[in-house]
Amino acid sequence: MSKQKHELVDFAVTARKYKTKLTKKFINRKFYVDPNPFEIESHIPGTIISLKVKEGDSVKEGKVILILEAMKMMNKVLMPFDGTIKKIQVTEGQKVPKGFIMIELE
Amino acid sequence: MSLKKNILELRKRKEKVQLGGGEKAIEKQMAMGKMTARSRIMALLDNESFTEYDLFVEHEGRDFGMDKKELHGDGVIIGTGTIYGAPVGIFAQDFTVAGGSLGLMHARKITKIMDHALKMRMPLIGINDSGGARIQEGVNSLAGYGEIFYRNTIASGVIPQISVILGPCAGGAVYSPALTDFVFVVDQISKMFITGPNVIKTVLGEEISMEELGGARVHAEITGNAHFFANSEMECFEQIKKLISFIPWSNTVRAKVFPPKEPKFKGNIEDIIPSDPKQPYDVRDVIKAIVDDSDFLEIQELFAANIVIGFGRMNGQTTGFVANQPLVLAGVLDCDSSDKAARFIRFCNAFNIPIITLEDMPGYLPGVDQEHAGVIRHGAKVLYAYSEATVPKITVILRKAYGGGYIAMNSRHLGADFMFAWPTAEIAVMGPEGAANIIFKKEIEEAEDPDKMRQIKVQEYVERFANPYVAAAKGYVDSVIEPSETRSLLLHAIEVSSHKDDQRPFKKHGIPPF
Repeated sequence: MSKQKHELVDFAVTARKYKTKLTKKFINRKFYVDPNPFEIESHIPGTIISLKVKEGDSVKEGKVILILEAMKMMNKVLMPFDGTIKKIQVTEGQKVPKGFIMIELE
Repeated sequence: MSLKKNILELRKRKEKVQLGGGEKAIEKQMAMGKMTARSRIMALLDNESFTEYDLFVEHEGRDFGMDKKELHGDGVIIGTGTIYGAPVGIFAQDFTVAGGSLGLMHARKITKIMDHALKMRMPLIGINDSGGARIQEGVNSLAGYGEIFYRNTIASGVIPQISVILGPCAGGAVYSPALTDFVFVVDQISKMFITGPNVIKTVLGEEISMEELGGARVHAEITGNAHFFANSEMECFEQIKKLISFIPWSNTVRAKVFPPKEPKFKGNIEDIIPSDPKQPYDVRDVIKAIVDDSDFLEIQELFAANIVIGFGRMNGQTTGFVANQPLVLAGVLDCDSSDKAARFIRFCNAFNIPIITLEDMPGYLPGVDQEHAGVIRHGAKVLYAYSEATVPKITVILRKAYGGGYIAMNSRHLGADFMFAWPTAEIAVMGPEGAANIIFKKEIEEAEDPDKMRQIKVQEYVERFANPYVAAAKGYVDSVIEPSETRSLLLHAIEVSSHKDDQRPFKKHGIPPF
């Protein structure tokens, strides 16, 4: 248990707090964040092959806004609703991890 | 005269082939801090017990100039031997021969010893140290992997299967260890991953070292793929030998019975546990106070440490222990600890090893990450594994047994044969604070001093439910016992259940929530 926190902490399970140690994995767990509909995130890690829009463009729902190549497939990323491209955070050829905010909408 | 010549010829051939990839490659292997495949086998098995098969097998590669290459033994050593007199089948990949890469004949050798171990009903040990598929042999090498996985599956639950990762084990190759019962890793030497750092960098631009991606510590602490972590190869071999001494050779025989020994622990067992149910203690101290010679072999010590699993002996007979660990995360059940416990319970059941459960847990770990990671599906594995098990199942409730956790931890309702509870046991739907907040919500809110009223009501709930006697009154608990009686009652329980016969309806197999 070399990498575990050695000090005892208060740890709440329902209404009672217990003195216990925490694991590294528990401390490093991801906290839940409500998804923002105005941010287009990469759903899979890959490479931006082409951008089909510019900042300031008004785009109709369903139109292709960029192509994300991942696992040898060209994935079309579509506009989720009618709106405007506020900010583009990626460039063509850029590699993005999963969950990267590629485009912000208005 | 001519016979002598033939014998000399054999010796000469052997000597050459036994060098594997040759002296230079062996030097390289040693420079990496690794033992050679042959020296590993010798270190693990009883002296002079190893008998080698297929030493003279040659590889099948005919393309890309491979036909001109000699690959001695095709990069793997197979054979049989003994560990403390127990027969085992063993294979060890030889990294000095073409990087231990797996071609058709290499795989044939491995499947041969697997078939042999299964037929002879003896444990199989596989030492993995391989760069992966031999690309020059194309689909033949993929076929080889598939045939190994198939045999791992067929042998699962019939003979114990042990994988030792002493080098790289990447790509599809990782699935053979994943299908086996116990995986051993060594710090700085073992590397396991599906896609390596190079691919990850090319595809994602993420940079990570092999050690951080799939080193021994990662698999021992984070993924749970490994069951035993060692600092050196020799320490690893000692762990394997110890494990072999605890487990049976197959599912049709019992593990070797050792002479009974009293625990080394000489204090009062009840002094291990603090009287305040919110204070932790190390449940392994309780196990060591119960088992023969205080000798407990813990499995997956570093992974999901909120539950403790492992083997001890009770009057010389191997027994599996599952215990909540209040010292870590208060001993809650979560995704990882459920997986860990469920798999161990199924191993014990498959190999006829009685299970003792020590319970002290406040419930399931709350959190979005847990719910979204599928704590329902993972938690269900524990219910499934306990209910399915037909070996003797004994539970001792030490302190808290709340809610779904009480049911899951081998309760009477899941078929426990013996339910013991210490007088400190609290068997209830939830902790007293939570329960009082719900039951007496109105009284607490309307009181002049809500905090004082809450305290009164919590106390009321504690007196009414936070004890073992309500469950004992219904027969859910067989016996409320003094802590000092624990070992003798457990010995009795195991003794009287030695002929347990629990028949279940016929089925091909159940459908556990994998």
